[in-house]
Amino acid sequence: MSGRLAAAFGGHRLALVSAALLVSITLAVAAAPLLAAILGVDPDEVNLLARFQGPSLAHPLGTDELGRDVALRLLYGGRVSLAVGLAAAVLAAAFGTAVGLVAGYRGGLVDAALMRLTDGVIALPLLPLLIVLAAIDPAKLPGLGWLVAGEDASLYRIVAIVVLVGWTTIARLVRGAALSLRGRDYVLAAESYGASALRIMVVHILPGVTTPIIVATTLAVGNVILFESVLSFLGLGIQPPTPSWGNMLTNAQELIYDAPALVIWPGAAIFLTVIACNFLGDGLQDALDPRARRD
Amino acid sequence: MIRVIAGRSLESLVVLLLMSLVIYALIGLMPGDPIDLMVQGDPRLTPADAARLKALYGLDRPLLERYGNWLLAALGGEFGYSRLHNQPALAVILPRLGNTCWLMGASFLLSLAIALPIGVWSALRARTGADYAVNLAALAGISLPTFWLALMLITLFAVQLQWLPAGGLQTIGVESVADRARHLVLPVVCLAVTHAGAYTRFMRAAMVEVLRLDFVRAARAKGLSETRVLFAHALPNALAPTVTVVALSFGALFSGALVTETMFAQLGMGKLVYDSIMGNDYNVALVALLLATALTLAANLAADVLYAWLDPRVTFAGRTP
Repeated sequence: MSGRLAAAFGGHRLALVSAALLVSITLAVAAAPLLAAILGVDPDEVNLLARFQGPSLAHPLGTDELGRDVALRLLYGGRVSLAVGLAAAVLAAAFGTAVGLVAGYRGGLVDAALMRLTDGVIALPLLPLLIVLAAIDPAKLPGLGWLVAGEDASLYRIVAIVVLVGWTTIARLVRGAALSLRGRDYVLAAESYGASALRIMVVHILPGVTTPIIVATTLAVGNVILFESVLSFLGLGIQPPTPSWGNMLTNAQELIYDAPALVIWPGAAIFLTVIACNFLGDGLQDALDPRARRD
Repeated sequence: MIRVIAGRSLESLVVLLLMSLVIYALIGLMPGDPIDLMVQGDPRLTPADAARLKALYGLDRPLLERYGNWLLAALGGEFGYSRLHNQPALAVILPRLGNTCWLMGASFLLSLAIALPIGVWSALRARTGADYAVNLAALAGISLPTFWLALMLITLFAVQLQWLPAGGLQTIGVESVADRARHLVLPVVCLAVTHAGAYTRFMRAAMVEVLRLDFVRAARAKGLSETRVLFAHALPNALAPTVTVVALSFGALFSGALVTETMFAQLGMGKLVYDSIMGNDYNVALVALLLATALTLAANLAADVLYAWLDPRVTFAGRTP
């Protein structure tokens, strides 16, 4: 009987725990500058006399290879990783929704062309493509020079790259839903009143597809954080000195012998955040869409 | 059926051709060009020399013209030279392809060997504690950053316990199968763990779906043994969608191989793609990327064909209803 009892709570309780975890992580990284001010520690301050220190009151998780405070850098890195994850996932969702709505509602040749494009992008091996995109020189593209300038350049860049390849799942979901909704009576009624195509897509069809969009976006946040971390780890994503969970691990392979703790923390942060996103996505799916229940 | 396969193959070829243009254009957007690199390497070259060289190699031509020339040469089997290796690009790539096949093949089989039985087992206990535990483990596998798992495996098994080598294809000077296999263990496990989670969830979902259907109830009602119901009736039907999704995830497996090879210093295709892009080895990067795309398209095609073969109700005409 205890198995059944655990089961009754199992799925949703984990989703609730995940939501709580994500909220706490967000609050913690949001408070990072405040903590830095209170403790009087600068996350970028190099102190070569205090390298590889163990945990202490001044440095709860010790210091890294340049004597910087690991705990504070984790929080600052989290700001970057979470911001990139959220921004890229939401923008990709918006783009995918637009493509899906147009394809599903317009149908015909537009639909065929957009869906072949989607199939093509889905068919690509993602990481090699992301690496090429990260390696290209935006200065060679007309009108994109602003992307190279400024210290947040690598941040905008990685968001743009992920959006370019990350919109396909949602485009397919939205297209499928739009296709089934466009024949409904209320849509036909709106058409006969002379509503514009844009109005029908946004006001009448979009509300019917919000559930899959929310679920897919939640899952996408976790995926983007994984992609950001691997690109930054390979030296192609967020550029130091701006910390991100990925680039904090860039030197980790050489440091493994001297300071294994430096390797464990950022990876654990990535892992916990991503798994929480995945559980939350699963839970939302169960809660919002009874037909897709895991039973 | 054969006509359908031919049609789908043609479609894949068109996608591949389009992708070759996209990839060619993207590589052209990477910083610098081959002549710039020559100028950097040889200070005696004057700007006039550089301009003359660019004209000689056609680098001053518009993108489409350069692409056309490249495509014509490529169709004739001429893929250019590797800047870093001083060998024809293909001669650099082909031996790496073999190494990658070993890594991807072994981890693919290992992850299926883990995922399929556990997925079925978990489906039979749907919505119990055991099922949730499996789901937790599967999601954990999906959420692990591959490079971090690799670092952890190296720390534990190569540095602390010293059971296995931390990287490389083989011990230098030792030429034995056992030695090659020892070097493959950690990369294969690393790649398998990060993919088994997704496969487990596919298998479980498909099996749960099938177990709800009437024909399973009918099989039970006519008194078949539970083993027969499961393995002769339910499982084959659940395998069809699973096989498809698994084949569709080939691109993800290749992405994982790129990270794994880089972490464990395996000289495979993935590491080659990364190294050639980082080292401005344009010809190799181009061909390696195209080959990866072609392999992914082939896997997708195989998925479609396999699905139609496993499930005769499927018609290709209804692929995107």
